[in-house]
Amino acid sequence: MERYYQPEIECASQDQIRAWQDERLVKQVKNVYDHVEYYRNKMKEIGVEPGDIKSRDDLYKLPFLTKEDLRTAYPYGLLARPLSDCVRIQSTSGTTGRRVVAFYTQHDIDLWDECCARAIVAAGGTKEDVVHVCYGYGLFTGGPGLNGGSHKVGSLTLPMSSGNTERQIQFMTDLGSTILCCTPSYAAYLAESIIERGVRDQIKLKAGIFGAEAWTEEMRHDIEEKLGIKAYDIYGLTEISGPGVSFECSEQTGMHINEDHFIAEIIDPITGEVLPDGQKGELVFTSITKEAFPLLRYRTRDICVLSREKCSCGRTHVKMSKPMGRSDDMLIVKGVNVFPSQIETVLMNKGYPANYQIIVDRVNNSDTIEVQVEMTPEMFSDSLKQMSEREKELVNALKAMLGIYAKVKLVAPKTIARSEGKAVRVVDKRHLY
Amino acid sequence: MTVRQISIFLENSPGKLQELTNVLEKYSINMQALSLAETTDFGIIRLIVDDPYKASTVLKEEGYICSMTKVLAVEIPDNPGGLAGAIRALGDNGINIEYMYAFITKKKDVAYVIFRVEDNEKAIKALTSRKYRPMCQDELNQM
Repeated sequence: MERYYQPEIECASQDQIRAWQDERLVKQVKNVYDHVEYYRNKMKEIGVEPGDIKSRDDLYKLPFLTKEDLRTAYPYGLLARPLSDCVRIQSTSGTTGRRVVAFYTQHDIDLWDECCARAIVAAGGTKEDVVHVCYGYGLFTGGPGLNGGSHKVGSLTLPMSSGNTERQIQFMTDLGSTILCCTPSYAAYLAESIIERGVRDQIKLKAGIFGAEAWTEEMRHDIEEKLGIKAYDIYGLTEISGPGVSFECSEQTGMHINEDHFIAEIIDPITGEVLPDGQKGELVFTSITKEAFPLLRYRTRDICVLSREKCSCGRTHVKMSKPMGRSDDMLIVKGVNVFPSQIETVLMNKGYPANYQIIVDRVNNSDTIEVQVEMTPEMFSDSLKQMSEREKELVNALKAMLGIYAKVKLVAPKTIARSEGKAVRVVDKRHLY
Repeated sequence: MTVRQISIFLENSPGKLQELTNVLEKYSINMQALSLAETTDFGIIRLIVDDPYKASTVLKEEGYICSMTKVLAVEIPDNPGGLAGAIRALGDNGINIEYMYAFITKKKDVAYVIFRVEDNEKAIKALTSRKYRPMCQDELNQM
């Protein structure tokens, strides 16, 4: 039996969702126009006024916001409320040197927590559960988001934060954690460590909620099998709130976007034109209930597809596919678009672990790509002939997937840095930017 | 009639072999024979040791990827043509040698060859029919 945190919202009719969106959008546009000078100027530049936006059908008339805008307006330029109304900030990791600071009122945090609670309940969470949160706490939204959601559900919350694998496993066995929340790469690492220590039969996990980085179906199966759980995807971004912007249900075929709070659009990343449901493009969000930091038409850079097909779980909110790549993650090697997720798929299909690193370089004005893969006992052989055959097989499979030659380098186990937060999958030594 | 060989995956970079030999020293593992096959990126070390089970256990504990393979250890006369006769025995019976290496011990006038072949039983038959005797693990350990 599917359970919901807020069934009247999560299973509302399409007409009801639309009515909420129309009403909230009109209000939000006026609010932003009145209180955010930065966005008001952007609207004026293209001659749009709040009165032009009468429903979500008019959304396309509004200008986009990008990460560039957030940087330009840093820190207070997009704030729609006085600072005294705000109670919290969260911030992105700033790995690309572009730190984003988002502000929250108490109301914003309550709604965010509710979104996360929906995700936890969708993963089977109840007040009887022990929710083990090893997303990072602090500025990163992962820990605080799932922590807040777990409180709303009434589950016992273990605010583990990231790192210290030894302690994670000890708490997991001693306190009987049932739902694990962390990045998929850390979940894979934990699974391996649990098996290595021979304590697999002492853990009580039944589900995992994994997000904040790209992962594949193969990785999902791998984690599910190793930990004996069902693994659910969760999506979010600090700019819009944090985890819980969308989440997976029992069907595991995409993530329901919380449409009562966020309007999603798919656009052509080059022309900015809105694309119909079912077409692949860049995901754009408009937050219609945010008070402190409401972003209109924020370009996520995530490439995905929206689907309004009826879902067997009973939820009616639109589903987004797992992001198929990020335009800023995408590598252009020898003029070909390469997504790390493609390489991961090949590795998992061929029986290699999902732990890998992609090294891109430029030698004599020509791009090179090398995929470093960790050796496993299963893939090892005493015969050099067999080893080079396996290597060749992998090279061919990569070539078939990517369309270009990628060198494969087999390395010793545990030599590729396993981050306990976000995995560093790509090292680009070309310094083109 | 076979002996157990330990094969270990090593990255082909400075210091890796040293780390491995340090481990073998630390656990007092005595080697009787060693061979190293290398590519540009990695190498495979093959070892014949006094206690293959202990070696395999400690190496895995130390984080190495290794495997145990049954290979043939054949005593051959330590004179010209000694090896040729053994290889002829295999070749005449259509047996392909994947790899091989040789070593000597304190025992006079004989040498030993490790053969890795596809089908051990077939190779044992071919060798014994020409009076070459593959040794078993116990004999090797007593050397």
